[in-house]
Amino acid sequence: MKKYTYTEKKDTRSGFGAGLQQLGQTNPNVVALCADLIGSLKMDAFKAENPDRFFQVGIAEANMIGIAAGLTIGGKIPFTGTFANFSTGRVYDQIRQSVAYSGKNVKICASHAGLTLGEDGATHQILEDIGLMKMLPHMCVINPCDYNQTKAATIAIADHHGPVYLRFGRPTVPNFTPADQKFEIGKAILLNEGTDVTILATGHLVWKAIEAGEKLAEQGISVEIINIHTIKPLDNEAILKSVAKTKCVVTAEEHQMNGGLGDSVAQLLSRNTPTPQEFVAVNDSFGESGTPDQLMTKYGLDTVNIIEAVNKVMKRK
Amino acid sequence: MADLTQLQTTCIQVRRDIVRMVHAVSSGHPGGSLGCTEFLVALYNEVMNHDPKKFTMDGIGEDLFFLSNGHISPVFYSVLARCGYFPVEELKTFRKINSRLQGHPTTHDNLPGVRIASGSLGQGMSVAIGAALTKKLNKDNSIVYSLHGDGELQEGQIWEAAIYAAANKVDNYIATIDYNGRQIDGNVEDVLSLGNLAAKFEAFGWQVIETEEGNNMAAVLEGFAKAKSFIGKGKPIVNIMKTEMGAGVDFMMGTHKWHGSAPNDEQLQKALDQLVGNEVDY
Repeated sequence: MKKYTYTEKKDTRSGFGAGLQQLGQTNPNVVALCADLIGSLKMDAFKAENPDRFFQVGIAEANMIGIAAGLTIGGKIPFTGTFANFSTGRVYDQIRQSVAYSGKNVKICASHAGLTLGEDGATHQILEDIGLMKMLPHMCVINPCDYNQTKAATIAIADHHGPVYLRFGRPTVPNFTPADQKFEIGKAILLNEGTDVTILATGHLVWKAIEAGEKLAEQGISVEIINIHTIKPLDNEAILKSVAKTKCVVTAEEHQMNGGLGDSVAQLLSRNTPTPQEFVAVNDSFGESGTPDQLMTKYGLDTVNIIEAVNKVMKRK
Repeated sequence: MADLTQLQTTCIQVRRDIVRMVHAVSSGHPGGSLGCTEFLVALYNEVMNHDPKKFTMDGIGEDLFFLSNGHISPVFYSVLARCGYFPVEELKTFRKINSRLQGHPTTHDNLPGVRIASGSLGQGMSVAIGAALTKKLNKDNSIVYSLHGDGELQEGQIWEAAIYAAANKVDNYIATIDYNGRQIDGNVEDVLSLGNLAAKFEAFGWQVIETEEGNNMAAVLEGFAKAKSFIGKGKPIVNIMKTEMGAGVDFMMGTHKWHGSAPNDEQLQKALDQLVGNEVDY
């Protein structure tokens, strides 16, 4: 098992803030909007440096999405910022009609996704957002795993013409990917080569997959770990190539089982090479208040759950 | 100086297009389309600075229009075609399979003249504000226009947008309300009264213009001129324009029943008999 280390834990939302700040300095067409969560989204620096290109819309997310769609007409590249719940479920029809169907170059940037939002509870812990967004035709869905990758993804999506959903979170997590990485939309990253099982992880679950891989290696299990930072378009080639070797797969995500990464993988495999698959995801449930760690444990999204899923799926080969 | 006679003649032609388009597919929304004919004919043939032959999505240096009440697509398509955005013949394809003229307007099929999809109501004001903000960022002094149904104002997003536009002095933008008093289920007053609409917009910080006769071309032009006189004065502008749903066809007026119903063969003929000018039907 390849050794991964990190010097500090950082939040992915700060990676977004840093990426947006850099875009503010390098791309004059980038504009940003926020619905009363500038601090939470780490948009302060962009706002301070580009006051003319920053739009505080207040607690009015539907209007924010519509304004963003309009800003594209004349060449701007709007980045909207609010919590994932208010970025998707609350404004689904606005995204569907004014952004996706209208083909507008809007970047919907969503923080506090999933259970790790923590104590605020289930009203704010959206676990359906990947599903909602990936169902929209031509919507690109990205869920990076750490600070550096979120920063790189933020910078990369400005050069992708078309609607993008960029999902990140609140807690600090190991910042282990290279600071100088170039983010390629739709290109999965092979973190560890293995032969017994493939773990496909996204977002905060990527580090847990690495932890699981280390423990499984001690048991003599050779784990292939792939970071699926882009859920749509999915890197079909990388997944099929890995599964051809390992013959079984575990998907891991901080999202509902219905509609998430696991669903996309199952669809790909069933159409190409039916393969035993286990899902580490929330099983048809809302979250609740608690610390991020407590919630990840209670809802079965921890390292131990990945290990259990690996042991289970390998018996099904 | 506007050629009133010419504009009125165009209105007759557009109304003929509307009733023929919805009749051909036995679906669509003739009522609001007929009611907004003067508005759209004036806007595209007299008021806006635009170039139908050189349509670009970005519309740099041009005035922009957003139809928020997308169900009145028949009048929008007819006016776009009649002023040169696409061939008039294409009106034949309205609501048919493989057409660019979808039931509700869309950018999806690259129909020149359309810059946003609309149909799900209440979204166009936000979009128009966004486009107006980009005009300001680009130092483009053009004007952004939008049209909304009165029933559409029951959507909450409209009022989110109304707060925003006033608070941020979006003063290169003129919204018009098609105040015909009717919606699918009946009179707006009965379905969900808007109360004192002018007072509401004034309270929200908008410059309010009222056009009492939205089916009188001279009055419509006067309303536009008045609205434009407030451009750049620090407030978004709303033109509350009274119209008659079904205007121009006697049996379609005075009722909400023609909001979303198409005429049959006999009704079509009766309507066309009332719409006589120098017609050149597609």
